[in-house]
Amino acid sequence: MYLFISPWLIGFLVFALYPLLSSLYYSFTDYDIIHPPQFIGLANYAEMFGNDLFWKSVTVTLRYTLISVPIQLLLALGFALLLNQRIPLRGFFRTAMYFPSMVSGVAMSLLWYWIFNPQIGLFNYMLSWFGIRGPAWLMNPDTALYALMIMSFWTAGSGMILFLAGLQGVPASLVEAAKLDGAGRFKIFLHVTLPMISPVLLFQLIMGMIDSFQVFTQAFVMTQGGPNYSTWFYVYNLYTSAFKEYRAGYSSALAWVLLVVVMLFTALVMKLSNRYVHYEGGKR
Amino acid sequence: MSTLPAAGPQANNAVPKRRRSADPVGIVSFIALVVTTFLMLLPLFFMVSTSLKSKKEMLKFPPTFLPESWQWSNYKEIFETLSFGTMYMNSLIIGILTVVGTLLSSALAAYGFARYRGKGSSTWFLLMLSTMMLPYPAIMIPQFILFSKLNWIDTFLPLIVPAFFGSAYNIFLLRQFFSTLPDELFDAGRIDGCSEFRMWRQIALPLSGPALATVAIFAFIYSWNDLLTPVLYLSSTEKLTLPVGMASLTSSRFRIPPWHLLMVASVLAMLPIVTLFAVAQKRFVEGIVLTGIK
Repeated sequence: MYLFISPWLIGFLVFALYPLLSSLYYSFTDYDIIHPPQFIGLANYAEMFGNDLFWKSVTVTLRYTLISVPIQLLLALGFALLLNQRIPLRGFFRTAMYFPSMVSGVAMSLLWYWIFNPQIGLFNYMLSWFGIRGPAWLMNPDTALYALMIMSFWTAGSGMILFLAGLQGVPASLVEAAKLDGAGRFKIFLHVTLPMISPVLLFQLIMGMIDSFQVFTQAFVMTQGGPNYSTWFYVYNLYTSAFKEYRAGYSSALAWVLLVVVMLFTALVMKLSNRYVHYEGGKR
Repeated sequence: MSTLPAAGPQANNAVPKRRRSADPVGIVSFIALVVTTFLMLLPLFFMVSTSLKSKKEMLKFPPTFLPESWQWSNYKEIFETLSFGTMYMNSLIIGILTVVGTLLSSALAAYGFARYRGKGSSTWFLLMLSTMMLPYPAIMIPQFILFSKLNWIDTFLPLIVPAFFGSAYNIFLLRQFFSTLPDELFDAGRIDGCSEFRMWRQIALPLSGPALATVAIFAFIYSWNDLLTPVLYLSSTEKLTLPVGMASLTSSRFRIPPWHLLMVASVLAMLPIVTLFAVAQKRFVEGIVLTGIK
């Protein structure tokens, strides 16, 4: 067995465990990558909690996460419910909804960079159909973050695929039984479908949040963290302080805070899931 | 559904058939789907049509739906202004090597985790699972220092070599698949005198085509889209990957962004992914469902 898992084991030691431990150590040092690290105790953490940019990045990231992830999930679930019926052109709709998710990464950022352009872009043009004069989106500190949220809804199709798979796992017999008992559509959804797909919902919520804590591409390509730091995401802040200001010690402290938050989140949601989420076959 | 009486002859169907014309919910759903699909596809439509517009037409407002004159030369221009061909090749090379590395190492480790259930194996497995949540930004600084000590900065190595040491998601996915292979196969192999390695290569791998394809597709997409890692490691122009080169199109060195090129680049960057999707749609969907990677 050890022979087979040895590639992973070596990878784990060299590319995960060693970096984790050394960044923990660096986080207690003053380190510019060139000169040897100087131990300074908790000074990096103290500086971090007094640093305006740190708090800005935390607020931006949390606001983005708390608004965009739930809406994305609702959209994905909504699409999935619509498509889980017998409806003409089902296959076409499903592919069409998923298609935007294939333009992820930088390509998507470039496309939406144009869409949100106030002079020539598509978004304000579409708003003008309804007589709305759109804002300057990415160029306005009040709207830039919302623009990125709107962009994130465009890829709800991949979440939809997961929900569709979950919905197909809901036994038809349960739905039939509920119907015989006189439950309406909404009641069936609330008391049968929703509990049955709650593991998928929870999984997507955790993964969505963890992903959203690590937003980087959009900030790097579309806004460079601006205007006026309105899209100064946590990882963008981490990237800047590590690779623009060469403050490896301070950045390692930032990295560890991110790590701890991600771990806490995972643990918290797992715990909640034992209490509130229905798993087939009863309590585990 | 509740608005309809349970129709006798159709009641044995898993999803009861509805007479579409009579079901208001069905009609509303259909309209909702048409509207959302239109909204979802509109940006894509404009991405393609804008990529074929002239520089002057780009700056018109409202944007024209179809190009007034089709500028196929835009697709030539991007290869001349950016060293787009080189970047495309770089991304392809890195993507393909990442796939090879991921497949080899993850399939090996997954086999180890699937076939041995002795003492300690579950501890290792849990440890492996716990690294699935590990955020890359949390380990990128020491990794960078490590690779710079190895003199790997401005080479493809930091982007490729880690893939040869397995990734937790793919190991997990393949282990689940290997666990479903019947034990009898391996017993028979052992009786015939196969070594474990040969059983891996000649029994497990050939039976796992679909799962391996899924892993390959997602490893490729991940590498193809990755921006942060190549931004950290690559600096000379002839080594840049596609995402890094494309990101430079929005930099402030352009007074007016070359809009037509932005769209051309996006269309071209999307091509391999769409091709993969067209060829292996089933694997694609399976991969999303199994791993939750989007």
